[in-house]
Amino acid sequence: MLDGEPCNILENEFVKPGKGQAFSRVKIRKLISGKVIEKTFKSGDSVEGADVMDTDLAYLYTDGEFWHFMNNETFEQIAADEKAVGENVKWLVENDTCTITLWNGAPIVVQPANFVELEITETDPGLKGDTAGTGGKPATLSSGAVVRVPLFVQKGEVVRVDTRNGEYVSRAQK
Amino acid sequence: MCLEHKNSLYIKIKKPTLVGFFIILNGIIMRSENWRPSASIKVLRKRALVLQKIRLFFAQRDVLEVDTPILSHASVTDEHLHSFSTQFKHPFSPQTSILYLQTSPEFAMKRLLSAGSGPIYQIGKSFRNEEAGRFHNPEFTMLEWYRPGFTHLQLMTEIDELMQLVLDCDLAERVTYQDIFKQHLGCCPLTASLSDIKTLANQHGYDELTANENNKDTLLMLLFSQHVEPQIGQVRPCFVMDFPASQAALAKISSTNPLVAERFELYFKGIELANGFHELTDGPEQLKRFEQDNTKRQNMGLDIMPIDSNFIAAINFGLPACSGVALGVDRLLMLALHCSEIDQVIAFENSRA
Repeated sequence: MLDGEPCNILENEFVKPGKGQAFSRVKIRKLISGKVIEKTFKSGDSVEGADVMDTDLAYLYTDGEFWHFMNNETFEQIAADEKAVGENVKWLVENDTCTITLWNGAPIVVQPANFVELEITETDPGLKGDTAGTGGKPATLSSGAVVRVPLFVQKGEVVRVDTRNGEYVSRAQK
Repeated sequence: MCLEHKNSLYIKIKKPTLVGFFIILNGIIMRSENWRPSASIKVLRKRALVLQKIRLFFAQRDVLEVDTPILSHASVTDEHLHSFSTQFKHPFSPQTSILYLQTSPEFAMKRLLSAGSGPIYQIGKSFRNEEAGRFHNPEFTMLEWYRPGFTHLQLMTEIDELMQLVLDCDLAERVTYQDIFKQHLGCCPLTASLSDIKTLANQHGYDELTANENNKDTLLMLLFSQHVEPQIGQVRPCFVMDFPASQAALAKISSTNPLVAERFELYFKGIELANGFHELTDGPEQLKRFEQDNTKRQNMGLDIMPIDSNFIAAINFGLPACSGVALGVDRLLMLALHCSEIDQVIAFENSRA
């Protein structure tokens, strides 16, 4: 916990003069604002631990204001707001499992699965006979995301996308 | 909660995804590869050559190689050094005694000096608990040597010659702690008050650290290590001399300026390489400093260390006027072989040991 925000330690460098006090120079990501900051602590100093945990939940639906997720074992439901869902809203597929970071029980980050399958709702008709992508073309998916797909992929097809970089992977196996 | 371990603030629980699976797989491979040395055989060959060079350097100067104990009944009192300890079971005694692994061979070597050894050097292992990182391994190789009759300035010249031999570098520059601190931080470290130094630290964004810190030296160490060290000795090695008297350790206080000690450190390319003293030869003063260390330890909630009475007796018998220096051999090798991590120059870094 730092400045009232749960944080994740990205790097921790040990600094110590031969004759002198040891310090830890840490690079920290604040989980709510997403800001990455550097802090220096005296070795052995303590900060409050954050009650943060990740949990895997299935995405159910949105009512426009909240996005609802369910634990498939306990059937317990959780609603995440726009702030927690953020940019990842475009990768939410019904029944797909997402990783939700909870702080004091409330969702603060929604992380979609690394790969999702979505239907193409709009794209230019490609040239027949084009096999591998040479440049490709933009395609709008059912969730609203826009990705570049090879020319041979058509409207109505379901494609597999890597949510970490927003890149087309393949056509989905039917 | 301790900040010593990466990601210790919370534990991430994740269902093994495809990527997670590869990380786990990778972890298994890493574990099974843990028998391998952390340094390449090529580096270890070069390491052996550097050690040969160092031994030849001292042989040519008639400095005697010595080998003093690693296990000792007493250890350092310095509140910033943490000794490893172990239990000794004597075959003829029902009681066990505590033995400490030395953090440097200083006390034993000075006892040899008092006994009339003349100039001596040692290349050996030293041990420091609670130290690990890019430049730290809990056990490391130290080169330590003593020159009776030398001032610290004369010893610095000899260190410089060794550096040029091993690192093929230019002649080192020499600056005082006061000047270099002023130059980079715009404040005199010797005359500034605790609140001046706190203000300075706050200007550099250490508000949280300064809030509960009332030790001026801790703040000086922080500012020096973060804002001076990275700036100095980038092209040629740099000796920083005349450390504040409050950081004298085992050095004489200057006879011309009571605010500084005749202590120096050597830095090169962002690495602290060596620490040396015009050695304190005053037994009662040495004992007083050890007792003050233990008082500080007590106030910090640390264990009180047994004071090395053999060392104090040796000084009282007559430690010859001398200067001495301790140099981190692994760090010297990092510089000589252009390695960025200490693990790359030692056969098996601690996690593989």
